[in-house]
Amino acid sequence: MRRRGMGAGALMKKKMQDEKYKQKANEMATQQLEQLSQHLEAFHANLEEFAAKHKQEIRRDPQFRHQFQMMCASIGVDPLASGKGFWSEMLGVGSFYYELGIQAIEVCIATRPVNGGIISIKELRSRLLKTRGKYGQDISIDDIKMSIKKLKLLGTGFSVYGTGDNLIVQSVPSELNMDHTEILEFAQKHKGRVSPSQIMKALSWGRERSVSVLEHLVREEMAWIDTQASPRETWYWFPVFFIEQRRASIQLPDENSQEN
Amino acid sequence: MDRFVWFIGYEIGEEKIYSGTGIRLYDGDTKTCYENGNVTLTSYRIIWQDASNTSVQICLGLNLIKSTEKQAGGLGKSPKICFTLDDVPVNKDPGPYSRSRYNHVRLSFRNGGDNEFFTRCTKQLQEKKWLAGKLRANQTASAHVQTSLVEKSKVPELRISASGIGGIRRDIEETNRKNEASISNAFQDLSKLMNKAKEMVDLSNTIATKIKEKKGDITDDETVKFKAHLLSLGIPDPVTKETHGNGTHYHMQLAHEICKVLRSEVDDSGGIMLLADAYCRINRARGLELLSPDDLLNACKSLANLTLPLKLREFDSGVLVLQSAIHRDELVIKQTKQLVRVNFYDNMSSQIEVV
Repeated sequence: MRRRGMGAGALMKKKMQDEKYKQKANEMATQQLEQLSQHLEAFHANLEEFAAKHKQEIRRDPQFRHQFQMMCASIGVDPLASGKGFWSEMLGVGSFYYELGIQAIEVCIATRPVNGGIISIKELRSRLLKTRGKYGQDISIDDIKMSIKKLKLLGTGFSVYGTGDNLIVQSVPSELNMDHTEILEFAQKHKGRVSPSQIMKALSWGRERSVSVLEHLVREEMAWIDTQASPRETWYWFPVFFIEQRRASIQLPDENSQEN
Repeated sequence: MDRFVWFIGYEIGEEKIYSGTGIRLYDGDTKTCYENGNVTLTSYRIIWQDASNTSVQICLGLNLIKSTEKQAGGLGKSPKICFTLDDVPVNKDPGPYSRSRYNHVRLSFRNGGDNEFFTRCTKQLQEKKWLAGKLRANQTASAHVQTSLVEKSKVPELRISASGIGGIRRDIEETNRKNEASISNAFQDLSKLMNKAKEMVDLSNTIATKIKEKKGDITDDETVKFKAHLLSLGIPDPVTKETHGNGTHYHMQLAHEICKVLRSEVDDSGGIMLLADAYCRINRARGLELLSPDDLLNACKSLANLTLPLKLREFDSGVLVLQSAIHRDELVIKQTKQLVRVNFYDNMSSQIEVV
């Protein structure tokens, strides 16, 4: 069949051809991405295995150690992979707990933008298991508690609190916590009265985070609890904003002239 | 086309699998005079016979085929199957072409039947019945394949690679194959990895960068992303007890290292960083040469005596932080006072207007 140079027919054919080329390009791009992902997987698995099995030898050669670390950095593999060992567990010494401590802090920092520095020990454990890879030894809640205990020397900013099964790990102390400021701002905009659900919805925070900050502000005597406002949850009042509200509703210029 | 040989007769154990008509042979991308032929796929070979002169028959051993690819037809173009071939075997029987520029041949299916042919051909290539049929042991055959691959990588490619989509695809496949082989070879044992470490570092970087270009990141997990970032700040020669002994000198050297590595990170987080955060970051940068909390604390304490950009500070509640030396409370108070003054006067003036 002769190809015609011009006309609607030719345009249609060109369009079909372009479509086919685009399709082909997409096909090849997808295949290429699959290939790359497979290579990444292969790298990942190999690096994890080597980190677990050849740790001492890798440490001995400084240049290679650095190169190994650069590979781990590109692929996102954790080079720390010590086993616990009997004496480590008994005496709490050795690399295992130090490594676990470092990994725990890392998880806390990485998840801070989402949870404000407050994470349940159960979630911490499941994230740790994930990042430690398949050669990582299983870790218990007690292991995590032990490793955090060893970080005591580094100050009280990193701590575990709560009771029984529901332990919480806090990695941001109140001195450095911006969450309080945010809630104060929020309360100011909402007539000095907020509920955890309100905060959760408006700021996209989890329940634990919202309640923890509100309770802290109560302890700091900046907020009051109201358990009767709603059967479903506690509401929190901020007296510092009462005066503003009152002034706004009566439209007085300022307090001084009122008292006279 | 130089891998084709004259067809002499069927071999023992060779089975006919499929036949087609209207086939034209291409030497690479060039049309040959072998057009309008009947093609027969057997378990050992592909045999082409001239439909108008049936005594002309040439064949290609399946063992020489490295890969196959379907090329769909279009306007004025018949569908084709492209075969990428191994090098010409050393003791090749005589055939229609003594030399060829190309490493691939194509079959053009004027009358269709290409899909069927492709499926069956792929199956035969998987089953490799010719290996059982020939007297050569399997080990020799695979060793032969391996050596030919190794030789191929040493000799520079003098032949012309095809153009077009097929060519691009072949190049990509070739790169992928090489990378795959590189990776599995390098990780066979520790000494191999140490020899190939530089190559592997570059390769891992390339792979990660390409994936980031296409997909945005290597992983969805924020911990892994953060870990990768921290690890990449690697210190090539960290201060250790082996290199600097124990005691004050060691702690002072550590203090220098900490400042060098963490200074910009502290500035980025507002001039203040929790000591636990610093502990995590410096240890990740050091990789496998970890510091104990003890050592870190002592190193940071010695910052007080050194003129370095970071200082250790303790709050009343017992919180320990690394603070940027230029970040001082007095400065913050001064700046805050300034802001309050500006805002206060602004508010005052607007209220006076209302009254």
